[in-house]
Parts: sequence; structure tokens; C-alpha cells
Amino acid sequence: MTRRSSLTVFAALCCLGLPAFGQISLTGAGATFPYPMYSKWFDEYRKLHPNLEINYQSIGSGGGIRQVTEGTVDFGATDGPMTDEQMKAFREKRGCDVLHFPTVLGADVPVYNVPGVATDLNFTPEALAGIFLGKITKWNDPELAKANPKVKLPNTDILVIHRSEASGTTYVWVDYLSKISSEWQTKVGKGVAVNWPVGLGGKGNEGVAGQVKESANSIGYVELIYAAQNKMSYGRVRNSAGNFVKADLASVTAAAAGVEMPDDFRVSITNASGKTAYPIASFTWLLIPEVIKDKQKLDVITGFLHWMLGPGQKFTEALEYAPLPKPVVTKEEKAISKLHGS
Amino acid sequence: MSAAPTILPRSRVGTFADRLRAGDQFAYTLTLVCAASIFLVTCLLVYELWIGSALSREKFGWNFIFTSTWDPVREDFGAVPFMFGTVVTSLVSLLISVPIGLGAAIFLSEMALPSISDTLTFLIELLAAVPSVIYGLLGIFLLVPVLESVVVPVLKGTLGFLPIFSGPFYGVSLFSASVVLSVMIVPFIISVSREVLLAVPVDQREAALSVGATKWETTWQVVVPYAKRGIYGSIFLALARALGETMAVTMVIGNTPKVQTSLLGPGDSIASVIANQFTEATSDMYISALIELGLVLFAITIIINGLARLLILTTGGRVAK
Amino acid sequence: MLSLTGACTVVIIGILLVILGYLFWNGARYLTVDFFTKLPAPVGESGGGMANAIVGSGKLLLLAVLIGVPFGFLGGVYLAEFGTGIFPSVVRYMTDLLNGVPSIVIGIFAYGVVVARMHHFSTLAGGVALGVMMVPIALRTTEEFLRGVPQSLREGAMALGASKARTIATVVIPAAIKGIFSGMMLDLARVAGETAPLLFTSLGNRFWSPGWDKPTSALPEMIYHYAISPYDEWHRQAWAAGFVLLTLVLLVNIIARQVLARTSHAG
Repeated sequence: MTRRSSLTVFAALCCLGLPAFGQISLTGAGATFPYPMYSKWFDEYRKLHPNLEINYQSIGSGGGIRQVTEGTVDFGATDGPMTDEQMKAFREKRGCDVLHFPTVLGADVPVYNVPGVATDLNFTPEALAGIFLGKITKWNDPELAKANPKVKLPNTDILVIHRSEASGTTYVWVDYLSKISSEWQTKVGKGVAVNWPVGLGGKGNEGVAGQVKESANSIGYVELIYAAQNKMSYGRVRNSAGNFVKADLASVTAAAAGVEMPDDFRVSITNASGKTAYPIASFTWLLIPEVIKDKQKLDVITGFLHWMLGPGQKFTEALEYAPLPKPVVTKEEKAISKLHGS
Repeated sequence: MSAAPTILPRSRVGTFADRLRAGDQFAYTLTLVCAASIFLVTCLLVYELWIGSALSREKFGWNFIFTSTWDPVREDFGAVPFMFGTVVTSLVSLLISVPIGLGAAIFLSEMALPSISDTLTFLIELLAAVPSVIYGLLGIFLLVPVLESVVVPVLKGTLGFLPIFSGPFYGVSLFSASVVLSVMIVPFIISVSREVLLAVPVDQREAALSVGATKWETTWQVVVPYAKRGIYGSIFLALARALGETMAVTMVIGNTPKVQTSLLGPGDSIASVIANQFTEATSDMYISALIELGLVLFAITIIINGLARLLILTTGGRVAK
Repeated sequence: MLSLTGACTVVIIGILLVILGYLFWNGARYLTVDFFTKLPAPVGESGGGMANAIVGSGKLLLLAVLIGVPFGFLGGVYLAEFGTGIFPSVVRYMTDLLNGVPSIVIGIFAYGVVVARMHHFSTLAGGVALGVMMVPIALRTTEEFLRGVPQSLREGAMALGASKARTIATVVIPAAIKGIFSGMMLDLARVAGETAPLLFTSLGNRFWSPGWDKPTSALPEMIYHYAISPYDEWHRQAWAAGFVLLTLVLLVNIIARQVLARTSHAG
């Protein structure tokens, strides 16, 4: 290569490194639970505002909490609300509070891959707790059989698949198990990551779904959209009113209906009352620092939040997430004004 | 290797000013700084690992390497399940790759014509250039189904009574990770062993043949023992590689921090758990525990690498890169 | 017995052919123009490509070369041309040490030194991690090939009155340059496939990543995330990416090694 041509190439390569003028990028990370929703939203928002790029990486809710606390991302996302200790740690590290903003409603569903069983299985709370505690080990266990009298369940070992990293999807699942099983509550407890008594780990909702798909006689828990998009079988769960309910828009919306939303928006709706409520549903939240020093970023975030609560909510149903209840939207619109610069 | 470079005594080189003008001093200082930077970076690395793991080391002390719980909720962390997974997968991968690798190395050094030997070695060294994540990709979609449908049923049929092959097989497992690792490390064993075998003096072979030994007897009883140290060195080198492999392992090992007797069950390794959980560790203690795991891995690989280099260097034969 | 050793060789060559064959067949099947030109589509939707990952890998490797090659090369010059006493031995030992460090630990290092201090994930952090990984081999390669240059060349130049620096720059290095360059290319190819250190330095990005201080996607990182997902569409793209990555890595390896083989025969 001649000197001049190599210089030209070098200059061209440097241009790759030049920040594009007028381009504003934000980085967020966290929950895999709403990842399909967020990825759709940020893509749509970019179509409306081509100079804005909101890059979201789904690394799990634990990651969202951690990275937003460290300040390595502009916002986090989680389906397990931050605990008081975590919020205190945030305040100590960053000098301001962190605010939770609910975005959509979703559900954890029990996905399974049992060869020969094509119908929807019914799961009692006892069955789910027993399976994940490792006490129910066979698919034709009486606890499962009695809820599914018309199904021929095989005499095979149940392979449990859980998350290998810290996850809000896990939080929702174990929050539910802690409520309906005192044994689970004492033995394992709840958190974004727990010491699983049995099972294999998959990375992200994607990893768990992928693993269940590849492994016969397995059961796992994933956000509804992952089961639906991959055409996997998922079961019905018996709610507190005694009905076996399958997760869908109606049952998830019913779970959030009538919820007392506190001012900081941290609330659990698992095992909700209501005849048609799906028992393992949850809000999912964006974690945003109260103080955003960069004015441009502050504008982008507030702009996005308003859009998300308005036109954004129309995209939820296509991806099988339930939109936020109206009272929550109203309350949240007011809360956006809490975000400010220095 | 040629003789050491000529370093002329100071008086012959001229005064400092002369050297400065000639650019020698500049060259010397510049290159010295760069060489020193290696020293600095390595020290900084150890420092970062040490400081990062401080919280965890203070809380758990030496118990860390003897505890087998990994409980993020209660912040009780122990390295045992991961050390177990790392060591087991590496050792099993050696068990698979050493006999085959050594066999191939012997063939390539003693049997094959030089041109064929060179071509085949070239091809085998290409295996070493394949990135880990691609081994992982092939592991998930090619190896695991093959293991599930062909290999494991045969294993269970013949050796299923052994505790190491008991229990159900779900694809991702310690065994799958070991097999992938063995493919990844076999080129190192072949490459280095072949070189040390080729370096064995011809007179050794001729001496054996002249007293009536067959080709095989010569190879196995004279040549190989002569090159023993270098071969052990290659095994240690391969072991050091296997211990640190991350991507291919994390994609097929099952990500389950448990110690168990069966190879067919899922497990986890140090590198794999760090890759999975580092960005998501929610508390400072959690991160610190993961960094301490990194420190443990670092320590293990240094020791093994050190032994490897020692063994290879004392036999002659080039150190493989 | 000896035929068994032949069988071992056949098995290994067989495995190599299966690996390459399976990957190339699957990869070629799923390679489309979109792959090279489009950004990733929203999760679960079909279509999209990996244009940003290809550019991201390019930027990361550029940084790696800018960081790793100068230190490695000049350090190698020091060891081969100036080093006396115990310091060079210490440096050599440390280099081998650094070379043996698992890439995930280098990732932890880069996270602590760059990401934690900058307070965000960035292309720079990923580049630093890869650059640090390049240094040991760059250094050893340079040292080895410089040592391979006959003493007579150096002495001849100095006898003509050239200073040490001049000798090195105009005589010794050019004599060894072919080997050094090939060694650097092999080093680069190795680092191009690294994924682990990128997971918590450059993180990943579903869009373009202008500049050096934002997270970026890279080919190996995309392969990893797509391979472990349940989406068939993503699996297809992972194969295509694997094809592209492996082709580039193998091409560089084959060319560099051929050059090296010819250099050692001639030199």
C-alpha cells in the first residue's frame, strides 16, 4: 500500500470513531422479562426521533439494579422491585434517590416440554412448590395427576430449569412460591437470585426457554411472551379463588385491578385475589435516578416516559403484555415531574 | 537461537550526550518503558483482583475454598462447586485428549512422511485457532444432540453401572463440557509433543533398532521416555488452557453450582459462573465473591503454567504459544 | 500398535473436517446480504442483521492493535536488543504469566480499571481488554524474530558507523519484519474471537455505537447471545456470524503461517 492510500484508510477508520453529531444515546440494562417490549419500544421511538438511540441490554434484573446503582448505565430495569437496603445503597453511592416507573404488566408462566402431552396442564400451588423444592420428582406424581385427570402423564423424571443469574423473573416466581408455601419461604426465601434446591440454570428468559425447548421432560418459568413467541406449552395455575387460570391479557389485567398502588410504585401482585386473576403476574419497572445531570438525557428520558405511558401502551397487547391500569398511568404521569437536573 | 546481542562497554559507545544525539538513549528508554509496562500491567492486575476480592476474603477467609454453598440471598458464598467443576471438566478432558493426542503426535513424528506430517500438523494447529464461542455454538447444536442420541446411550449401556455415568442426561452437563474441552486442547498436546519427539536425537532411535527392537518398541520404549518431560509439559499446558476456558464451557455445562458424582449431571466452572453472573451481582459482597473466584482461578493457572514451562524448557523443544 | 496412532490422527483430522464442514454448511445457508447491512430487529421479530456487530468488532480490534502492538513490539525490541541482567528475565516471566491468564480474568481487570472509573461500559474498555491480551504474544514474537536476525548484520551496520538505534530501525527490524508481522496477525486473529472479556466491558448494543465511549456489539458476543436464545431466527444468524468469524480467523491463520513457514526456511 502506498503511503497516501494507507493514510486515507487510517483517516476513514478514525471517522468510524468520531461521535456522530446530534446523536444522543442512552444505555439501559436489566430485566429480560420485558426485553421484547422494550426492544420494540426503543425501535419505534427511534423511528419517531432518528437522532435518539436507547440501547437496552437484557442482562437480568439483578444486573439492572447493580449497574444503575454503579452508574454505569443511564437507567435500569427490573421485575423485582429494589429492596430498602438496595435503595439505601443507591442513595449512598449516587447521592440521590432512585425512582421506580412501572411500564407494563407481565406474567411468569410454567413452560414444560413433556413428550406426548400436547394439552395445557393444570398446576396447583402445591405442585409448583413441590417440583421446585425437589420433592415432586416424577411427572405422574399424584399431585399433578389429580389436577389433570384426563391427561396421561409419563413416569419420567422432572427436569427443573431455573435462571443461572440474578433475575426479576425469578423474583416474581419465588415471591409467589414464598406466599403459597411456608416451606419454600423458610428453606429458600425470595430474592432476584436464590439457592435453588434442584435444577439446571439457563441464562436469561431466552436461555431458560431455549433449554426447556431442547430438554425432554423439563419444566421452567419464563415470561409469557417467550413461551408464546416460541410456541411452547405452558400450563394453567390455580389462583387464590380456586380457579385454574391461564396467563393472558385478561387474567393479568385482572391481577392488577384494584391494586393499591403506593407512591413509590413498589408493589407485588402475585397470588392476587379475584376470580379470574392470574396468580403469577407482576409489574415491571424502569429504575431511573431522581437527579439526571445531563439536560439532554433528562429530556430524552422524560420524553420517552410520557410517550411510553401514552402511545407506547398501544404496542403492549401485540406482545402479550397487559397495559398499565388507568389509575396507575395517571399517578405515574405526575411522578415523571419528580425527575430533575442538578 | 543466536548468541546474545553485542552490548558494547560504555566507553566504546560514547558519552551520554553522544548517545542522546544518536538516538540510542531514546530508543533504550522507550523500549525499556514498554517492557516495564508488562510488569506494571501484571502487578495492576493482581492488585485489582486483590482489592476487588477484599470484602469476600475478609468475611470468609480460607473457608471460601472449602464451602460449597452459593447463596446470594443469604450472601453465603463458597468456591467448592466451581473448583469442582473446573477441575473435573479439565481432568476428564485430559483423559480423553491425552491418549488420542499422544497417539497422533507419535504418528506424526515417527511414522508419517515429513511432508504429510507437516501438512497434517498445520491442519491440526488450525483447530487451535477456532474461537471458543464457535466451539460453544457447535457444542450446543452439534455435539450435545450427538451425545444425547448416540454416545451416552452406548456409555450407559456398557458402563452405566459406574457412579460417574449414573443419573439422567439432559444434554448440558460436565461430560459435554469435558468433551468440548478435549477437542479444544488436543492441538496443544499434539503440537508440543510432536516437537519434543522430533527433537529426540536420531542416534537414540538407531541404537535401539540396531539391537533388534521393532519400530514400535523403539518408539514406545526409547523415544517417548526420552521426551517424557516435554510431553508432561504439553499436558500441563493443555491443562492450563482447559482450566481457563470460558465460553465453550458456559454454553454446555448446565450452570448449576453443585458437586456430584455423575458426569452426566449439570455443573459449573469458575470461568463460567463469572461470565454468567458478573454484570448481575446485586451486592458488593456478591461481586467481591466473584472476583475472589477470579483470583482463585488466576492462582491455579499460574501454578500450572509455571510447571508446564519448567517441564518443556528442561527437555528442549520450543515452548508452544 | 502403530496403526492405532494412525487411527488417532485420522480421528482428529476427522473432527476438524466435521467442525469446519458443519459450520460452513450451516453458515453459508443462512448468510444473506441483510446480515451485512442491517441492524438487529426487535426481539422475536424476523429479519435484521449484524452490521453493527461487524463494525463493532472492527473498532475493538483497531483499538486492540493500537494498544497491544506498540507495547508488545517495543518491549520485544528491548528484550532482544538491549536487555541484560535480571530485569529482562523478570519481564519474560511476567509476559508468560500474563499470557496464561484466562480471558475472563482480563475482563475483570478491564472492568475495574476502565468501566468502574468511567462509570459506563464502552468500546474503549473492550479495546483495552483485548489490547492487554495481545501484548504478551506480540512481545514474544518480536523478541524471537529479532533474535533470529544474524549478529553479522548488526555488526556490519555498526562497523559502518550506524548508531545502535539506527541499526535496529533500519537493519534488524526490516530483516525480521515478515515474521513479526505474521506473528502479530496470528495474535490479532486469536483476539478477534474472544468473547469473555467483552461481556462486561463493551457489553453489547443493538444499534450503532458512534465514538469510543459507548457500549458496542461484536461478532463473538452476538454469536453467544443468539446461540443460547430460543429463537430459531437468532440461531440462523448465529451460524452466519460463526461462518464469517471463522472464515476470517482461519484465512489470517493460513496466510500468516504460510509466510512464517517460508521465512524460517529461507532465514
